[in-house]
Amino acid sequence: MRGAQKTFSEPGKPAIEVLSGVDLDVAEHEFVCLLGPSGCGKSTLLNMCAGFESIDGGTIAIDGEPVMGPDPRRVFVFQEYAIFPWMSVWDNIAFGLQGRSDAQRHEIARHYIELVGLEGFERAYPRELSGGMKQRVGVARALAVNPDILYMDEPFGALDSLTRLNLRSQLIQIWRREKKTILFVTHDIDEATQLGQRVVVMSARPARIKTIVDLSGLAYPRDIDSAEYIQARDRLFEEMGVSTRV
Amino acid sequence: MSSRWKKVIAPVAVAAVLVALWHLLTYGAANEPAIAKTRFPTPWEVVLGFKHLLTTRPGEKAPQLVSSTVASVFRVMAGFNLAMLLGIPLGLLMGWYAGTYRALNPLVQLLRPISPIAWIPIAILMFKNDEPRSIFLIFVSTIFPITTAAAAAVQNIPQVYIRSAANFGCDGWSLFKKVVLPASLPQILTGLRLALGVGWIVIVAAEMIAVRSGLGRLIQDARDATGRLDLIVATMITIGAIGIGLDALVRRLENVDQIKWGYAKRG
Ligand SMILES: Nc1ncnc2c1ncn2[C@@H]1O[C@H](COP(=O)(O)OP(=O)(O)OP(=O)(O)O)[C@@H](O)[C@H]1O
Ligand SMILES: [Mg+2]
Repeated sequence: MRGAQKTFSEPGKPAIEVLSGVDLDVAEHEFVCLLGPSGCGKSTLLNMCAGFESIDGGTIAIDGEPVMGPDPRRVFVFQEYAIFPWMSVWDNIAFGLQGRSDAQRHEIARHYIELVGLEGFERAYPRELSGGMKQRVGVARALAVNPDILYMDEPFGALDSLTRLNLRSQLIQIWRREKKTILFVTHDIDEATQLGQRVVVMSARPARIKTIVDLSGLAYPRDIDSAEYIQARDRLFEEMGVSTRV
Repeated sequence: MSSRWKKVIAPVAVAAVLVALWHLLTYGAANEPAIAKTRFPTPWEVVLGFKHLLTTRPGEKAPQLVSSTVASVFRVMAGFNLAMLLGIPLGLLMGWYAGTYRALNPLVQLLRPISPIAWIPIAILMFKNDEPRSIFLIFVSTIFPITTAAAAAVQNIPQVYIRSAANFGCDGWSLFKKVVLPASLPQILTGLRLALGVGWIVIVAAEMIAVRSGLGRLIQDARDATGRLDLIVATMITIGAIGIGLDALVRRLENVDQIKWGYAKRG
């Protein structure tokens, strides 16, 4: 990303500058967290990377190619799940596999259902699932098309803290096994510390990159009781300008 | 007590109380010949009225109540199906293409609030025969709510579903079939229920004024020819019951897995 910029303007309302020149390089297979206060423009930035929102200034390029629109090589996992409630778990996960043969579809869907631990729920509909299970369907649906990049916009935001912790460690395992590049938006400092190799801290609106904290020294799986972890987390608290005492 | 029982016991009790009250209020005058013509019938007289309407008269193939019901239901179904056939695709187009919406919505919104009854004179002048006349009336009274519901259904599809589908390279016909249509079905179905209810109300009025058969005509004849309130009340009860039946028919669709998600669980 080079000088990525975004301004929302509606007739009759003052224009809102959301992003004012964001520069960021993400390497292949990297896990990067975007951390910033609510409303600063994280989702907007991620939507621009995915090709859902137009770019008003600067460029966003992947492997040298500017982003022109949505592409199955880069899949978005939404906070509000966005799995289709009128389809069974199986059909949701196989949704992106329309070009493949039946046998291939079957094999791939099977593999990802097992990967996210949803065996036995293939015929279930989303309304019969818990929030955590729904989001696992969302992740499996994304992985099934074997994308290079996963964009995750607070995917665990609506879940309880235990489920969240659980899904984070599953995500780390999947990321290490399947070798994806992940751009993960969150406003949760603990989440960023647990997941990211680098954490990009953003300012309030209009968002700029305040600083980038390198956490690649913390090995996975991360021990959230270790001194290094706590040190890293406190560093992020400081960068975000919040106190570690409540 | 089983929950099935609980479900029926309250409405049955209320109905029993009301019928008893109805009886008490009406039977005192039952033997007063002076007001016999204009007094309200007792529940039992209405039962006898039903019996009268369900007896086949010489020279007729079916009892009056049955043939009238068949005629009315047929007209509503024919008009309603035509309205669905045109209204659903039109609404979907309007919901998806902003340009189509801008072009057509003012017209739809102008015609929608016009009472279907206001169309009756036009129907009479335009169509000589009963069937096209009443089918036309049902058509104009149901197509606008159907179109409006279908357009709103598409417009209300959460953006994440469309974006998600686009992300997986789903577009064109496949996007319509797999995402747009199923995402809007629950709201379309609600519109259909509403429209069918309207159609059923309108057919009775239409038949009273402009058509020579059907349940509406049966009421009108009972008034004009025989002056029998018992037959009128019996016909009205039939109209209500058929209305429930038509509604239940559409509601059954709400339980299909592909549609059920759209209705929040209650109770
Ligand atoms: N389509 C839009 N039109 C106008 N303004 C918008 C639009 N989308 C977002 N905004 C504005 O842009 C700003 C950034 O929104 P965005 O959703 O990117 O924030 P965020 O950092 O993801 O916040 P959160 O952590 O709460 O999800 C907000 O102030 C919002 O009001
Ligand atoms: Mg957001």
